[in-house]
Amino acid sequence: MNPRLAVWVVNGLLAGLAAVSVFPLLWMVSVSLMPAGASTTLPTPVLPPAVTLDNYRTLFGGVGMGRFVFNSLAIAVLATLISVSFNVMAGYAFAKLRFRGRDAIFKALLAALVIPGQVAMLPLFLMLKPLGLINTYGGAIVPAMASVFGIFVVRQFARGIPDDLLEAARIDGASEFRIFLTIVVPLLTPVLVTLAVFSFLGSWNDFMWPLIVLTDDALHTLPVALAGLSREHVQDNELMMAGSVVTVLPVLVLFLALQRHYMAGLMAGGVKG
Amino acid sequence: MTRSGIVGWTLAAPALVVIAVFFALPVVIGLALSLTDFDLYALADLSTSRFVGLDNYLRLLQTPLFWQALGNTLYFVAVGVPLSIGLSLAAALLLNARVAKWQAFFRTALFAPVVTTVVAVAVIWRYLLHTRYGLVNHALATLGIDPIDWLGDPHWSMPAIILFATWKNFGYNMVILLAALQAVPRELYESARVDGAGTLRQFTDVTFPLLTPTLVMVGIMTVAGYFQLFAEPYVMTQGGPLRSTVSVLYFMYEEGFRWWNLGFASAVAFVLFLIIFTVSAGLWRFDRDPAASRP
Repeated sequence: MNPRLAVWVVNGLLAGLAAVSVFPLLWMVSVSLMPAGASTTLPTPVLPPAVTLDNYRTLFGGVGMGRFVFNSLAIAVLATLISVSFNVMAGYAFAKLRFRGRDAIFKALLAALVIPGQVAMLPLFLMLKPLGLINTYGGAIVPAMASVFGIFVVRQFARGIPDDLLEAARIDGASEFRIFLTIVVPLLTPVLVTLAVFSFLGSWNDFMWPLIVLTDDALHTLPVALAGLSREHVQDNELMMAGSVVTVLPVLVLFLALQRHYMAGLMAGGVKG
Repeated sequence: MTRSGIVGWTLAAPALVVIAVFFALPVVIGLALSLTDFDLYALADLSTSRFVGLDNYLRLLQTPLFWQALGNTLYFVAVGVPLSIGLSLAAALLLNARVAKWQAFFRTALFAPVVTTVVAVAVIWRYLLHTRYGLVNHALATLGIDPIDWLGDPHWSMPAIILFATWKNFGYNMVILLAALQAVPRELYESARVDGAGTLRQFTDVTFPLLTPTLVMVGIMTVAGYFQLFAEPYVMTQGGPLRSTVSVLYFMYEEGFRWWNLGFASAVAFVLFLIIFTVSAGLWRFDRDPAASRP
């Protein structure tokens, strides 16, 4: 192909694909700023005829979206803090400490990756019922408190820590826990950030488990609340778009800010969190 | 036990306990449940449920809606996976082209839908696909195509969901494939070019064989993920019209949490697991056995 033509074709196709990828998200913001009913007029407007924040007012006033934002935030933050702590401890242990059954357990964990999470959902619901964890934040975060994927990624990374470094600290008389906290954790910081981003996004975007375990309206997360609203308010496009903006914007901003770490995790695992 | 043995166990224990109690145990209980007639009426008391052997599985095979759900899900997987991975590969090749500009910007833009919340973007797409006001039909109209009732016509509802899922997911595999492409040594292309290979031959003789292991891995992950279709029909079509978008998981959710047929729903979960496992194992052969990957 003519090189100048190739430049145009390749970049033209990329620009087209990028437009298709991003347009629905930009349009969501645009519609959320339209007055009620404006989006269902012909020809369908791309930009708001008049910019208004009414939809957001209704959302946070009448619908009580603030509560759902809080629920989502609380559950995602708790799940992230707990899972990152547990995964880094286990990942380091599997990488650097010898303990009985270590290799057999690790193999079993990897084998368990083939089982889809939904297989455990129904029985887990029944288990949590007598424990009083249905309709609690605890119930929502329980399955996310540790992950094989997280342990795997930490282990890969921790294997790169030189043994000499750990040995030297042991000879100096440092306890194993001190070594973990003062030497290992600082060295693992990049992978911790990666895991935290994955965990936060996964928890924030999760739908099926919170839908099952949080039946009380007051405890709904944003996706569960939005799904409910979208069934009730089929006609209120502008309101629903505002709800989508509130749900999507935090994760998009987080992703754009920490993109490098997110991509690193994608490469390291190549496995869906 | 050695000192590091005790420490090792102590550090690994919290994660292992979580996985054992909240994942492994429920899986075992689920398997046991699928062999009982446990339902809403027994919910208060487990002892009233009876062991029924494989009855749930046999009943499942005689339930028309299950077969319909399985057919819908296979449709989604069989069309959606090749479409998604094809687009991922095309986008990765474009990004990896030497003439591509603003690579980082394009990569971020194409990846953005991946990190969004399924429910929220499904709400957007439900409107984009609206028969009268949707911009998809407006775009088609400029090509002279009559409006399509995407979410109201049982023939178009699944294609609509496949379209949405492709848009949402292709960026994920694109990034993985792009990394694999960047790992191909430039010298291989140079020597292929010296041997007179054109762009197409370079792709079929150099790129594709080196990419096969990554494609197989990406294929297995995507197939497993697509078999777990749930949120998209839940928000966009509620399984309709005429149950044309009821997926296996949607069926399980309704049986389990709407009708509280818990033993029966557990059987659905295990059948889905078996199907995913079998298909993944089949795909795995393409990586291990080079003969299987040649048509």
